[in-house]
Amino acid sequence: MLDPTEHQLPKANFWRAVGTIAWKDLTAELRNKEIVSAMFIFSLLVILIFNFSLELDKSARENVAAGVLWVTFIFAATLGLNRTFAAEKDRGSLDGLLLAPIDRSALFFGKLLSTFVFILIVEIIVVPVFSVLYSISMFNPMFLLVLLLGTLGYTVVGTLLAAMAVHTRAREVMLPILLFPVAVPVVMAAVRASADILAGAKWGRVAGPINLVVVYDIILFAIAIMTFDYLIEE
Amino acid sequence: MQPNRSLRILTMSTGLLVLLSLYMIFFYAPREIIMGDVQRVFYYHVAAGWVGALAFLVTLIVSILYLVTNNVRWDQVAISSVEIGVVFTTMNIASGSIWARPIWNTWWTWDPRLTTATVMWLLYVAYLMLRQGLEDPERQRRFAGVYGIVAFVSVPFTFLAIRIWRTIHPVIIGSSDPAAEGQFDMTTRMRTTFFFSLFTFTVLYTTLLWHRIRIEGLASRVAIMKSRLWND
Repeated sequence: MLDPTEHQLPKANFWRAVGTIAWKDLTAELRNKEIVSAMFIFSLLVILIFNFSLELDKSARENVAAGVLWVTFIFAATLGLNRTFAAEKDRGSLDGLLLAPIDRSALFFGKLLSTFVFILIVEIIVVPVFSVLYSISMFNPMFLLVLLLGTLGYTVVGTLLAAMAVHTRAREVMLPILLFPVAVPVVMAAVRASADILAGAKWGRVAGPINLVVVYDIILFAIAIMTFDYLIEE
Repeated sequence: MQPNRSLRILTMSTGLLVLLSLYMIFFYAPREIIMGDVQRVFYYHVAAGWVGALAFLVTLIVSILYLVTNNVRWDQVAISSVEIGVVFTTMNIASGSIWARPIWNTWWTWDPRLTTATVMWLLYVAYLMLRQGLEDPERQRRFAGVYGIVAFVSVPFTFLAIRIWRTIHPVIIGSSDPAAEGQFDMTTRMRTTFFFSLFTFTVLYTTLLWHRIRIEGLASRVAIMKSRLWND
């Protein structure tokens, strides 16, 4: 059993550890740009495939835009999430991280932060491209808020499950199988809210789905913090 | 390795209860006036859904207990309960689909209840696949414990998320939506049959769970014996 008091450190150290882990990932990514570029190209491919498979004309495009965009991000984010722990494990650096005298949940927060930033970067590039390709204006603060909250919830639960999937035999295949059914509610609510916002709905109509996303984010966050220690080797 | 006396008695009484409930469903309960005989699927449909939900709730509780106590016994209950839950959820979905064909005129519709049941089924199939994909038994138990918690928590959210769209699934117990299709009122005989089916399935779940945990215990004993044999 883990003894939580064993690694207890002052608060300032905790956040510094989180920052260090996230910064390490970001620096590595800045050098090789592996994850972000893969996610970006993959997103473009998914958008392209949707365009041909659904044979979208102007009105159809407006109806399915929110759904297509979310599916694109869900698929692309899964690629990024797969790499968070897999890269560490392949290099054998996961053991090094575990040897560091830091709280285990700092590792979770650090990984969550770096993955979240990667996915956000991809979204910041893809949203303008998407709005040009589908000729829909997406620069709506409410829409961007939903995008942020939905992505956060998906990344939280995705980071938790990626820490699990990395130890399984077919890890790249296992992550979506574990993650998609758990993420159904946050994705559905986010798609619903996004579609309504893009169709010009007022706050009253979209408040329900947005609240659901927020509550999901908070509860899954709490569960992730409570259970992450059990996913890390002793 | 025979099962002990109380388990044998329980198994036999479960068999009798199932036979009795079948008799009640087909002969004691009256024929529903609008839907006809197909309505009789309702008794086992709801009972199977109830056992599925119960099994996953049990999994949640024993998963937490396993993570807290680190006692392998709880994990054996968890895997047993998930397997039974998946089987009963499958029965629930399949029987619902059979009923929906004549009543809703479609095998399937993306209604909140149906979608939630399907997502729940997928979650616990993923749970079983996760266990299969992990080689180290200790890690398998820990990870399964965490997933058992995460999976259960996401079920009510799924229901709420899809609730944004309107449901056509009838609600027999509790408040009913007048727009639901296939709604009916139960007569006394129907109600007796219904509660008897629920009772039968709950007993059936207990019996299966007991047998399954026993197999799990035997399997781990065999594993220990095997490893001793190798080491000698």
